[in-house]
Amino acid sequence: MAARVIVTTSGKGGVGKTTSTANIAAALAKFGKKVVAVDADVGLRNLDVIMGLENRVVYNFIDVIEKTCKMNQALVKDKRVPGLYLLPAAQTRTKDAVNPEQMVALCEELKPEFDFVLLDCPAGIEGGFKNAAAGADEALVVTTPEIPSVRDADRIIGMLESMGKSPIRLIINRLRPNMVQDGDMLAKDDILDVLSIDLIGVVPEDENVIRSTNNGEPMTMTLDSPAAQAYLNIAERLLGRDVPLMDLESYAARGFISKIKHFFSGRRKKG
Amino acid sequence: MMDFLKKLFGGSNEPASGQKAKNRLQIVLMHDRTDISPQLLDNLRDEIVKVLTKYMDIDTQKIEIDLDHDEQAVALVANIPVIRIKRGSIELR
Repeated sequence: MAARVIVTTSGKGGVGKTTSTANIAAALAKFGKKVVAVDADVGLRNLDVIMGLENRVVYNFIDVIEKTCKMNQALVKDKRVPGLYLLPAAQTRTKDAVNPEQMVALCEELKPEFDFVLLDCPAGIEGGFKNAAAGADEALVVTTPEIPSVRDADRIIGMLESMGKSPIRLIINRLRPNMVQDGDMLAKDDILDVLSIDLIGVVPEDENVIRSTNNGEPMTMTLDSPAAQAYLNIAERLLGRDVPLMDLESYAARGFISKIKHFFSGRRKKG
Repeated sequence: MMDFLKKLFGGSNEPASGQKAKNRLQIVLMHDRTDISPQLLDNLRDEIVKVLTKYMDIDTQKIEIDLDHDEQAVALVANIPVIRIKRGSIELR
């Protein structure tokens, strides 16, 4: 095996990098691949929590780099899905604790053991981003349909291109189909027009994202929800399969009808 | 819900905000993509001077080179006073 190393990045914070990394990693593992999700956000680690593995973290990848432990001691095996692993970040260190050469070496060590190495990049364009990107061959850029996020994505895409990453593909996250339909949100094509990179998936806004974070279980492991389906599709496209985009318009219509139901039946506890 | 009803019954004449976002985004990105660091501008200036002095004597003290941004487009504007053309250099070609 020689893993594909893919960095998930965005520039702007809070657009869903970590959620995307966790869900795509779990989906790829579900499709039978051996996957490690690496939390490259040193000092502000969160991938462990999103994946629900925080209680099982003993060592982290800085310990591996500094040879405090062996790689297989730091890797946390996810017992829910075969072939899924987490390599946690250090929480009590800063981004200066690693340099790009060490990240490259770390990825080289992981490559023979896995099919996919997914690097969850910190927000920003400084050291942490450069470290995470250094180790990767390919990139996924996450943006939401909002001006600040698309603007930062544009900056990041420029930097990834100059670093020679290829392919660089876009995830549009938290799209609200009914707002797009009303003309009150940037549409998929508006974003693609200005960014001019390939799209790998559109993830609709979905309350299940919050529930799955609360539960510490990536949606793609169990849930049948719009966002889970979108991430499963992204994973399939990463595997080279030709999966059509979800029909978000009909999803919007469904959303509207259920809203009317809600309106007349009063608020139910679970939507 | 109320927004939807308003729109349905034409209560609002405001254009939808998505189009406004797209226009603003295009202008912001145009400016971002043509933003130039002072260091890069200095390098550009030095190289332009190097090329020009092969063909003409220019007043290097009075050169003005800058990017001019407006709402629709970006231009590189250079104001370079010429003292004399070097006739010899052209005849050599």
